[in-house]
Amino acid sequence: MGGVHPADNKISRDCKIEVLPIPETVYIHLGQHIGAPAKPVVAVGDKVKAGQLIAEPGGFVSAAIHSSVSGTVKSIAPRKDLAGNPQMCVEIAVEGDEWLEGIDTTDTVIREFPDDPAVCLDKIKAAGVVGLGGATFPTAVKLTPPPGKKCEMLIINGCECEPYLTSDFRTLLEKGEQVVIGAAIIKSILKVDKATIAIEDNKPEAIDHIQKVLAELRKVSPKYDGISVMSLMKKYPEGGEKQLIDAVMHRQVASGGLPIDVGAVVQNVATALAVYDAVQKNKPIVDNSVTVTGECFPRQANLLVRVGTPLKFIIDYLGGVPQDTAKIISGGPMMGRAIANLEAATLKGTSALLFLTKAQTARGKESNCIRCGKCAEACPMGLEPFLLNRLSRAGGMLDQLEANAVQDCIECGCCLYSCPANIPLLDVIRQSKGQVLGIIKARAAAKK
Amino acid sequence: MDKLLVSPSPHIHSKVSTKSLMRDVVFALVPAAVVSVVFYGLGELLVLGVSILSCLLLEYLITRFLLNKDCTLGDWSAVVTGLLLALNLPSATPWWVVFVGAVVAIGVAKMTFGGLGQNVFNPALVGRVFLLVSFPTYMTDWRIPTGLFGADAASGATPLGVIKKGLLEGGQLSDLTAQYEWKDLLFANLGGSAGEISSIALLIGFGYLLLRKVVRPHITLSIWATVAVVSLIFSLAAPDKFTGPAFNLLTGGLILGSCFMATDYVTSPMSIKGGIIFGIGIGFITMMIRYFGSYPEGMSFAILIMNATVPLLNNWFHQKKYGRA
Repeated sequence: MGGVHPADNKISRDCKIEVLPIPETVYIHLGQHIGAPAKPVVAVGDKVKAGQLIAEPGGFVSAAIHSSVSGTVKSIAPRKDLAGNPQMCVEIAVEGDEWLEGIDTTDTVIREFPDDPAVCLDKIKAAGVVGLGGATFPTAVKLTPPPGKKCEMLIINGCECEPYLTSDFRTLLEKGEQVVIGAAIIKSILKVDKATIAIEDNKPEAIDHIQKVLAELRKVSPKYDGISVMSLMKKYPEGGEKQLIDAVMHRQVASGGLPIDVGAVVQNVATALAVYDAVQKNKPIVDNSVTVTGECFPRQANLLVRVGTPLKFIIDYLGGVPQDTAKIISGGPMMGRAIANLEAATLKGTSALLFLTKAQTARGKESNCIRCGKCAEACPMGLEPFLLNRLSRAGGMLDQLEANAVQDCIECGCCLYSCPANIPLLDVIRQSKGQVLGIIKARAAAKK
Repeated sequence: MDKLLVSPSPHIHSKVSTKSLMRDVVFALVPAAVVSVVFYGLGELLVLGVSILSCLLLEYLITRFLLNKDCTLGDWSAVVTGLLLALNLPSATPWWVVFVGAVVAIGVAKMTFGGLGQNVFNPALVGRVFLLVSFPTYMTDWRIPTGLFGADAASGATPLGVIKKGLLEGGQLSDLTAQYEWKDLLFANLGGSAGEISSIALLIGFGYLLLRKVVRPHITLSIWATVAVVSLIFSLAAPDKFTGPAFNLLTGGLILGSCFMATDYVTSPMSIKGGIIFGIGIGFITMMIRYFGSYPEGMSFAILIMNATVPLLNNWFHQKKYGRA
């Protein structure tokens, strides 16, 4: 259903993941996950080591945050994020690179993992693992299905369907074994028989590699049985959670429902790696791979970046911002966010920095809708963006907008991408979606 | 880099624009236009030229002086309307009749509704039907193709016209259809409007539109299927009265209408289901007019009648939403 086929442009696909030097100062956000911000447990002047807890979960849906470097806490104060909005940050001046005891920083792959799922889950929680596919939902919460719901299939999302992004692809190639072990750990926690690593067919090397890794691991332990690789047709947004469940299981999550309602749990490749690090290496999320790319950018790269590294530090390391850059995006070109502030620091979920020129990113002048239906054809949720646009602009049609499912929009951008009349469909739909979701929430609250 | 641009996602665009789509339709009609000039000669060239230029001029004048809006000629839609109007007219149509057709197409059917995207009826067809009922003599003055520099062509009725007249005069259907050969129907060489004469040239253009994903095939296929089924049933029931599927699919404006006019974005339904109903309606009405109406051909009327049902079809049929019954 729906989807578009933008040019792949994965020009950094052959760049091995390289380790970025540690900056002089890191700024670690306290709210870099969905849910309540974390509560700091360090004070200004404290000495911290890499991997040391600096903020504990601020609620049930929240995640622990760890220092990504060793050094001294300089301040705990609001600082502008990439959009320019102030967020609470822990500023740490770097001194050396000393790690907390008990964290295994070697490359040795450990294949045997604890039999007790509760032990694994506790380690994931303690390590502050969040979903790294974009939503940054706390992983420990996602791996604890509500009572009465049973998981039938674990899907490891290796689609990376956004153009330009290659960090998951490189992770599959270079740390494929760790990803599969992470997947097996998640599978054991969920007590599910089947797991699928879903990869789009534009990454045949990754599919081959994971198949080989699986064959080897199955010889080591029966814990690796039941895990398979699935090749999916390249299409954006195939890696959207709902689209992926449909493609793999031929089931659709009802509007307003959760994947677990149809027996699915989806975790990203990078999340599986983080789970491996947490359980096997006692290593919390202190770094993640970031693709730095764009036709106008001098050096393509996939970098292993410490959480809290200022964006400017990364860009300067690779040669600075090119003259003809019009827009820098955190994430992919379809769903990423435009960066307003290069002084901002990376988060756990930062997957890419993309440089676009004016010609690449300019929007054309809006003209009349020609009713071609390309937006509806492109919508992976089966919505009719042209209709939602008309209702939104008419004003006061919130009930009609709800009836036409504006709240189901996943904001993938396919409608605006395909509109030949350059109508800002998603901009308009986002506004209405917010209003309608407000009404739905208010109605639910009134019922209670 | 002066200042970073900050705007919401998505940050890239497919680069498919109204202009590129309309230009593709023009490209797709080039083979048919070339064939018609080769067959009917310079008279046809005049019809094409007058039609396209009048449409462009009228749209310019109306947007500039009546609506005070930005010029919309750049979207190529006026060229499409001009081309389609010309391909619907006999090659001997006087230039001023062509101009009147353009006035009705652009001035009445398109711009009064608010221009491209707002019109209910296909502008070129409104122009054609207006001319058909206003100037029936000119509009049925079909010529036998004589080639680019051939002598003045003799008049010759269209196959559908010959059959209708022949049957009314008590002729035998088998005698009437015997004069038409397969290859003539496919490759032209018959009396008709310019765009009707070469099914192959039109189909090549339609194939191009499908390949470029400018249009989807569901409307066209449902028209063809309906025409085939209806004519098969009638011709089997009364072979001496009703023509069969092959004859009906290859004659008249069926190919031009089903490939290029019924698939017009603006005046066809948005959903696949709606489009199929739309196509069935066009096929059925066309066959009813051909068999029982006073006009030999009913494609234009059928499309215009079904154009009127589009708002209703859009209301009734929506595409299936993810995760909803």
